[in-house]
Amino acid sequence: MLEIQNLAARRGYVTLFSQVSFKVEPGEALVITGANGTGKTTLLRILAGLSHPLSGKILWQGKEVRAFDPVLRNNITFIGHAASLKDELTAEENLTLLVKLAGEEVTMDALREALREVALGARLTVPARVLSQGQRRRIGLARLKLAPRPLWILDEPVTALDPAGIALLTGMMAAHLAKGGAVIAATHQALDLPKGAMRQMSFQ
Amino acid sequence: MGRFKYAAPAQFYPLAGKMAPWFAAAAAILAVIGLVIGLYLAPIDVTQKDSYRIIFIHVPAAWMSMFLYVVMAFWGALALAMNTRLSAMMAQSIAPTGALMTALALWTGAFWGKPTWGTYWAWDARMTTELILLFLYLGIIALRNAIDDPRRADKACGVLALVGVVNVPIIYMSVKWWNTLHQGATIKAGNASIAAIMLAGMLVMVFAFWFYSIAVTLVRLRTIMLEREAGTAWVARLAETEKER
Amino acid sequence: MVTDSSPAFPVKEAMAFGDGAFTAFAWALRRDLRLAMRSRAELGVQILFYIIVVALFPLSMAPDRELLLLLGPGVLWVAALLASLLSLPRLFASDYADGTLEQMALSPLPLPALILGKISAHWLTTGLPVVLLAPLLSIQYSLESEAVWVLMAGLLIGTPVLSLLGAIGAALTLGLRSGGGSLLALLILPLYIPILIFGAMAVDVARSGASAGAQFSLLAAGLLLALAGAPFATSAAVRISLD
Repeated sequence: MLEIQNLAARRGYVTLFSQVSFKVEPGEALVITGANGTGKTTLLRILAGLSHPLSGKILWQGKEVRAFDPVLRNNITFIGHAASLKDELTAEENLTLLVKLAGEEVTMDALREALREVALGARLTVPARVLSQGQRRRIGLARLKLAPRPLWILDEPVTALDPAGIALLTGMMAAHLAKGGAVIAATHQALDLPKGAMRQMSFQ
Repeated sequence: MGRFKYAAPAQFYPLAGKMAPWFAAAAAILAVIGLVIGLYLAPIDVTQKDSYRIIFIHVPAAWMSMFLYVVMAFWGALALAMNTRLSAMMAQSIAPTGALMTALALWTGAFWGKPTWGTYWAWDARMTTELILLFLYLGIIALRNAIDDPRRADKACGVLALVGVVNVPIIYMSVKWWNTLHQGATIKAGNASIAAIMLAGMLVMVFAFWFYSIAVTLVRLRTIMLEREAGTAWVARLAETEKER
Repeated sequence: MVTDSSPAFPVKEAMAFGDGAFTAFAWALRRDLRLAMRSRAELGVQILFYIIVVALFPLSMAPDRELLLLLGPGVLWVAALLASLLSLPRLFASDYADGTLEQMALSPLPLPALILGKISAHWLTTGLPVVLLAPLLSIQYSLESEAVWVLMAGLLIGTPVLSLLGAIGAALTLGLRSGGGSLLALLILPLYIPILIFGAMAVDVARSGASAGAQFSLLAAGLLLALAGAPFATSAAVRISLD
């Protein structure tokens, strides 16, 4: 599905990594671990098409793609450190906006259903300002459901989630993999995913 | 490769080092010739006396200030479109010289204006545009200094230079029009036709400024290359050979 | 081994140029207007800034009616420039900080259209009030009603250009330490000059009894040029700032 060849990245005058190559196939999860500052976030941003690598190639279904390529924008959901929520808007409004921005249409019922599934059913109409960090993350999970994309790129997805939230996330990831989707995630914590589907990559 | 051989910093660095002294020497010789023509050989102007002689500095500086902006925008655009390292460094190394030329043109213009028009500053279209051009140069330099990542700085400055290139003619036209409405044609530099010897002096000075700009840009370019490419193989090799010497 | 064209994911083709442009424009416009309505207090402060700047000039000199009449259009225009400049950092800053801008850049919807929607909302909330307040503030400079109409028409065409050009600078300075105000002012104010000149000149010309048609044509040409170029330049700048 996604393949990278000899990727190198630089921030300022510092080379973060070089000669990184791997391949992610449908049904596979690639979990990237590594200390802070090793370039995990930079790598994920390059894969999502947000950032240009210093050198190397990114291939989607065997074809080379560049940063901000429409092919990447149509096939990837990227969830970064920030939850992309507006404090002034309610959970419902925020989720509607995110789903529409992903180019999808959604009915109010489907929206509420998705929010109930991530245990935000009681928080539909409160401003995002009063939601906890974990609850804000859960809105992102609802978005993964409503705007389906073959490849998920998740940066520290379990941060701020409680055990129930982590179980919810890993459950969604497992279902996504079973459907033929793929996941690339950077995390410090072990993820409870089906053994056969998961590969670990350590970054140093 | 072929045609693009010198597009790589590793190849261009030694070439720039070889070329810079020649351009500097040519600039110095031409400047001496130009100044001799301008200050001694050219006749005194009937209306402006000796004060007109500042045009031998003023006019080339003003030309270079505008020309360098266009060149800088060109390299910036090339860096944006082709993602080439060298052209971005080229744009970066031109900016300070462009700003210097603009400041020089403004300064000499003011000193010429005092005896000629009786004032250091008039809101003449050309002067105003030159002042705005200085702001545009300073804006690009300030934007570069504010951005830590050199690649982001390259692209951001490229976009800004392009927007500026579209705007400079519009600014000039607008100020000129505004100026004619408000002040009429009160300002006219001496209407005497330029003597051939004056023209010759001016041309020589223009070339002197050209070569000076090229020489300074090349020297600055070499420094930028070393700073940016520190850690690459070619800089390491260069450091080795320098040490052996 | 699951094949790539799994039916679970609808196959999406790359959108052609212009596809979804209206959806994107409407998405951004409605969202930003809604956000502005939820933080009205901030908008009020910006409008007050405009009013105060206009009121400062007569206080800085002898309140001579003739002089004020002469200065009025220029002062109102300069105040409009400053008000626009003051509101510009807000255009992208919060979207940049909370990650929404990233999502916009990664959206299948075209980024220039999203940005045009944002700029339109910015103008409606900061530029339009400046236009509408102009007649009220002109009283302080004793402008005749004829001149006030010309001033308003000029501001109506000119202030969108300020928002469009300003967006480029706002995007270029995103996330910079010295970004915010002063750097943005250095980058953008020189580019505002033609608009200032044509706008203030239109009032002068009209007051002298001539037709300001040429000035309006030039302002309109500036608007068209900015409309055609600024959304693309801004989206390039946004991508550069996210990189």
